[in-house]
Parts: sequence; C-alpha cells; structure tokens
Amino acid sequence: MSTHDATAAPPAVGGENYLNCSHGFRSWIFTLDHKRIGVMYLASILSFFLLGGILALLIRTELLTPTRTLMSADDYNKVFTLHGAIMIFLFIIPGIPAALGNFVLPLMLGAKDVALPRLNLASYHLYLIGALIAVLSIVQGGVDAGWTFYAPYSTTTNTAVVTLTFGVFVLGFSSVFTGLNFIVTMHKMRPAGMGWFDMPLMLWALYATSIIQVLATPILGITMVLLIVERVMGIGIFDPALGGDPVLYQHFFWFYSHPAVYIMILPAMGIISEVISVFSRKHIFGYRAIAYSSIAIAAFSFLVWGHHMFTSGQSDLMNMIFSALTFSVSIPSAVKMFNWLSTMYKGSIRFDTPMIYALSFMFLFGIGGLTGLFLGSLATDVHLHDTYFVVAHFHYVMFGGTVIAFLAGLHYWWPKMFGRMYDEKWGRISAIIISVGFNITFFTQFVMGSQGMPRRYYAYVDKFEPYHVISSIGSYLMAAGFFMTAWYLVKSLYRGRPAPANPWGGASMEWQAASPPVLHNFTDEPVGGDPYDYSNQDYDPATGGYVLRKPEVSDR
Amino acid sequence: MSTPHEGRDEHAHPHLQHHFESMAQQYDSGKFGMWLFLVTEVLLFGGLFCAYAVYRANHPEIFAYAHQFLDKTLGGLNTLVLIVSSLTMAMAVRCAQLGQQRRLKQMLAATLLCACIFLGVKGVEYEHKWKHGLLWGTHYVPQGETVAPADAAGAATTAETTAAAAAAPADGGTTLPHAATGPQGLADHSQPGHGGASHGGHGPAGPAPRNVHLFFGIYFVMTGLHGIHVLAGMIAIVWLLRRSAAGEFGPEYFAPVDFVGLYWHLVDLIWIFLFPLLYLIH
Repeated sequence: MSTHDATAAPPAVGGENYLNCSHGFRSWIFTLDHKRIGVMYLASILSFFLLGGILALLIRTELLTPTRTLMSADDYNKVFTLHGAIMIFLFIIPGIPAALGNFVLPLMLGAKDVALPRLNLASYHLYLIGALIAVLSIVQGGVDAGWTFYAPYSTTTNTAVVTLTFGVFVLGFSSVFTGLNFIVTMHKMRPAGMGWFDMPLMLWALYATSIIQVLATPILGITMVLLIVERVMGIGIFDPALGGDPVLYQHFFWFYSHPAVYIMILPAMGIISEVISVFSRKHIFGYRAIAYSSIAIAAFSFLVWGHHMFTSGQSDLMNMIFSALTFSVSIPSAVKMFNWLSTMYKGSIRFDTPMIYALSFMFLFGIGGLTGLFLGSLATDVHLHDTYFVVAHFHYVMFGGTVIAFLAGLHYWWPKMFGRMYDEKWGRISAIIISVGFNITFFTQFVMGSQGMPRRYYAYVDKFEPYHVISSIGSYLMAAGFFMTAWYLVKSLYRGRPAPANPWGGASMEWQAASPPVLHNFTDEPVGGDPYDYSNQDYDPATGGYVLRKPEVSDR
Repeated sequence: MSTPHEGRDEHAHPHLQHHFESMAQQYDSGKFGMWLFLVTEVLLFGGLFCAYAVYRANHPEIFAYAHQFLDKTLGGLNTLVLIVSSLTMAMAVRCAQLGQQRRLKQMLAATLLCACIFLGVKGVEYEHKWKHGLLWGTHYVPQGETVAPADAAGAATTAETTAAAAAAPADGGTTLPHAATGPQGLADHSQPGHGGASHGGHGPAGPAPRNVHLFFGIYFVMTGLHGIHVLAGMIAIVWLLRRSAAGEFGPEYFAPVDFVGLYWHLVDLIWIFLFPLLYLIH
C-alpha cells in the first residue's frame, strides 16, 4: 500500500467518477478536488509509514542483543531519530486529518469541496516539499538528536539538524493550512438546516483538531526558526555558554508538541465515534457530551505541556499545577470512552474489520490513557521518566490509539474512496494479528521501563534481554499483519467486489454519494438528517448495501 | 445548493468558484480564512515576544543597557512610515470597493513606496549595527570600553574596529553614538529634552553587563522576521497592482485587496509593538 493507490483507477465502477474523470500526472498533482488531494495524501503518508516502519524494525532488531547486532551506536541514534521524526511529522500528524479528513469532510457536509481548494492543494504541495527536505537529511548522513531536537545537543551535534528542522518547519505550514481550511469549511459550508449539533462527530473531532493545528503549530514554526538561527548564526538564545536558556527550548517545543499529540488522537476519536455507532446499529450515546469533550480536550491540551519537564528543574509549584491539569485531561477522554461503551450496550454489533479495529482501539487506548496517569503523577514520574515505560505509554496512545483508529477509518471509508470492497476475512485476520503483535511488542516495554530500562539506549544490562527479544518478536508479527493488510487492500483495487454506495449502513451524508463519488460529489441533492439514525434504511441484497427508504409521498 | 451537474448560473461572477453558491459566501469564507491566518501570524511572533519577555525578566540590565544603541529617530521614522502605509492600504481597499481604478493603483503604489522606505531605513540601521559590531551571539564585538576587560579575544578586533569607527563620522549623518562612546554619547547627541530625561533618570554609565549580545540576538530575529513579512507583503502588493492594472477589482470583487490589506495592517501592528519594546524601554 504505497503510491500505487494514487494511480490505480479501478475500471468500470458505475461510470464516471472522480478517479477516472481525467487522466495523467498533472490532473492529479494540480487537482483542486479534495478527494484526489485526500488520496494523494493517503498514498504519501502510507509511503512514509512504510519507511518509518522499516526503521522501527531496524531498531527492534538492533535491540535483540545487549550489544551490537546490526549497526553502530551512532547509526542507532540516527535510526531512532528518523523513526520518530518521520512517524510524527510525516505520517501521524497529517494521517487522519489530511488524508481521510480531506476526503470525507466535504462529503459529510454535503458540500462540493472544502472552502479553500487552492489552499488545500498548497497544503499538499508544502507537505511534499517539507517531506523531501526532511528526507534530504537522511542523504546528508542523518540526524542523531532525537525527534524532540532538545538543545543544547541539537545545536552542537554535527549532523543534519538544520535540514530536518527546516523540513519540519515547512510541514508545519502544511498542517496549519489544512486546519485553517477545515475550520472555514465547517463554518461557511454547512448546508442550510445542518446546525453544529447535527454534524457527525467526526466533524466535531476534526474541528477540535483544526483549532489545535492553527493555534499550536505556529509556535513549532518559530521554535524551529530559532533552532536553525541558533545553529547557523550562533544567536545564543538556547545556548547556556552564551547566556541562553535550553529549558526555554523545551517549553517552546512542548507548547506545540503536547497539543500535537491531541492533533493525532482527536480525529482518531472521531473515527471511533462513527464506527462504533454504525457497527452497533444504534444511535450514538451522549452525542453532545462527545462533541463537547472534543473541544474540552483541545482546550486542556494547551495547559499541560509542563508535564514533559517535571525533571527539568521546574519549580515545585509549576509541577503541581501541571500535574493537576494533566489529570483533568483524563475526564473528557473518559467521557468519550464511556459513551462509546454505552453506545454498544444492547446494540446489534457486527464484527466487520472497522469494528474490530475500533474495539482494539478502546482496549489499547484504555491502557495507554491509564498509564499516562502514572506519568502525570509527580512522584512516579521521577522514577519512570525517560524509561521504556514512557515509550510504551506513547506507543499505546499513538499507535494503539491513532494508528489503529486510522486503520478503522481506512477500512470504513475504503469502499467509498475506491469503489471496491476489500477481502473481509483477511481484514479481520490482519486486524487481530496487528493488535496481538502490538501488545506483545509494547506491553513488555511497560515491564522493562518500570524495572528501570532507559529509553534510547543502545547497549543495555543483560537482565533486560528476554524482554527485548519478546518485544522484537511482537514487532515482526505486527509487520506481518501490516504486509497482509497492504496486500489485500492493493488487491481489492483490482479484484475487489464493486462497492455499493452504502456498504455499512452509515447514516451520515457521505454514504449518499456514489462509491466512488463523482467529481462534484453528489449526483442528487443529499438528504440531511440525524447522522446516527439508522431506522430509515433497508438492506438491499442485490448490491450488498443499504438504501434509504423512500420517504412517504405525503410532503406535498 | 444548486444541482451539481448544472453549469454555473449565467449571471454568476467570473471569479465565483464552482463550490460556492454566491460571491457573499465566497467572500466570507476567504475573509474568515484570512483572519485565522493572521491568528497564526500573531502566534508565530508570539513565540518571539515570549522569548523577549523571558529574557527581559531574567536580565533587565541587558535590555536597559543595550537598547540605547538603537536609533530612536530612525525607528520613529519607520513607525510613521508604516502607519502612513496602513492608511494608504485602507484607502486602496476603499477604492477597490468603489471601483475607482486609478486611485486604487495610486494607493497601492503609495503603500509599496512606504514599504520600500521602511526597508531602506531598516537597512541603514542594520548597517550601523554591523559596522559597530553590535551583533548577535559570538559576533557581538563592540568597540572601546564596552568590551569587558577580561575579553582578551575581543581586544585585537577592538583595535581594528576603533580605527574603522574613527572614519565613520564623516559619512554618517545619524545621531547614533559609537559603541565606543557608550550610552553617554547617546545622551550628548540626542535632542535636549530627550537627553535631559535620560540624564535625570537612569543613565547607566557603568561597565556593560554580561551577555549584551542576547539583546541584539532578539533584536535581529524579531526585526528580521518582521522584515521578511514586509517583503512578503510587498510581493502581495505587486501582485495586486498587476491585477488592478487589468481592472479585475470592483464593487463585486475586491476580496484580494481586502485580504492583503488585513495582512498589511497586521505587519504594521507588529511593528507598533516592536518599536517601543526594543527602542523605547527604560
């Protein structure tokens, strides 16, 4: 599943659609169509997911033995830095909003496009440019400062920090433009009759995400500028030798990067809200609570960055305030969790692939969220700081949360995007393999971390070897699951059963468009209504999809 | 929403994009987007203002000492120039709304001229700083007694720069004192009222505090980033001039002029904050 996606126009699925209405490289790279931009984003982020994944496997393989296995210690530092930077800035931040969000947002609004299509294209071009610059740093010999680029090491190491951070700076603009565009679209393009509380919860999640993208990313931009200026001109602002303050860098960096983890998780929660309801055949429970909790998470996200610096010499008072605020983020997160569980209660649950991923999300995100509380408590954090416990927690929320939800969304909207059904049996098998492999890989790291295994270490004490071996085996299992997924998804583009307009029985408006949609999205004016009301649709065995029940001819 | 397959309404404006229903919806969307973009700009500079606040709170003596090497007259002149440019920009927007093509072009050209003057004056200021070694980080090598006595490395360069400075007064028509003469020099050269206040209040005649270069680091990053924004604004205004030469703007369609105007006012506003924070502090 890589760049093939972009060019593979499935033939003869119900006549003309956005994939086959025009041909050639230029018709894609300069398109203003949000659907094509979404598909190009999807192909790009999946390519970088593959690259980041290979780097992850290299890390895990190196750690099979307590000493050298594959590479030198310097190379190891570069590999984990690139794994982090690529996965964060090139895959997971644009992942759900720019790829899936771009595709479904206007469709969910019944609109023809996002409000600012040229800005949307500019965002993608900036993404490509930023990605190329970031990848250029590999050619220049890599970067070994870690994805957080902490000063003063990042300002003194002789690796290609400037290239990579400049790439991140450009990628930041791409992210800002996507978020800005989504906010404007949701404000100005909602159809008459659709109020804020008639929107699907995916849109609430994207709205909250966009707010963070717009408000937090500029700080990353200026931080990267200062870091580059520091390195190139020696301005001294983060350099203690010149009277600068390296902890100020940490404040700046986390003022963006903590909200950024909510850029990653919020749209994932939006997907889960859709999938849980559709596959439980039951109206979402607590719509308003879920909608408000998205906004609450966005608001809290700006007030907790200090919990990354509990051991950096912050004052005790600051530590206590940040710790308390950190705990309060768990409230809106738990609100969502319990509402999803309540949605499933007495529902008619179908275990299709998206639902298996959604259930997996709740399990893994539950663990990830709860272990976050250990790290948010001051006393335990001193012990757990900079250990594998943090690595495991981060991967449980980011991978177990965001990536698993991304996979749920990818499978959920795949028929809409490409007009083909993937192989459901292999979908379920891979989903289970990935979830099991994930737990083997990262649960072990909780154990290691609590016993004191520091993160980012190349050589380690012998007693941790069994844990590292188990963890690496889990990562190979996960990789197998991903390659299976890639295989059946690519295969479906060519051999898949043509998808009906509404294969899952979803009630939000994107399911009223054809699969795949036509260039301007809807052939008939979409009918608005409650996005979680499944009572007025019938299953049509001929197409294998759901159709809206013809309204009684009584309105005239 | 009109039916997707229908062509655009016969009477639709040529600048109406296909996915909007009306020019009003298109204008509102663009304007809202522009405001959000300005929010991100404020936050971008916000990081720098934050750095400024942190360092000024931690090292007030550096700021009190170093700001006196900035030229208040030139800074004030630039403030005036930018405020005038904001006025001409606002008038350009008005002309576009009224369809006054000729005046629109004049106003845009006037704004562009102001921007050029601003950057020119800024260039003169930068040149003085460069000449006097008032730069950032390790490049901060001022002349004369402002060099800390212990700074052996600086001594050699001091000799050179003092020689260079001796030749400077002939070409320089500025009130800016040489770093060698220090803050007292500023007081002497300033207008009487100004100088008097400076004497009575706080003239820090003593030796330079440590790490003065931090102030100049912040000064150059903040004014430099602002200068880049002025340049970007100038490019946008040239683009507007080209489009207005083609007569594209009028009462029906003036959004680009309006949006660039908003941006220009923000650039102006940031300078309004930079000027007192860097030049006029005590």
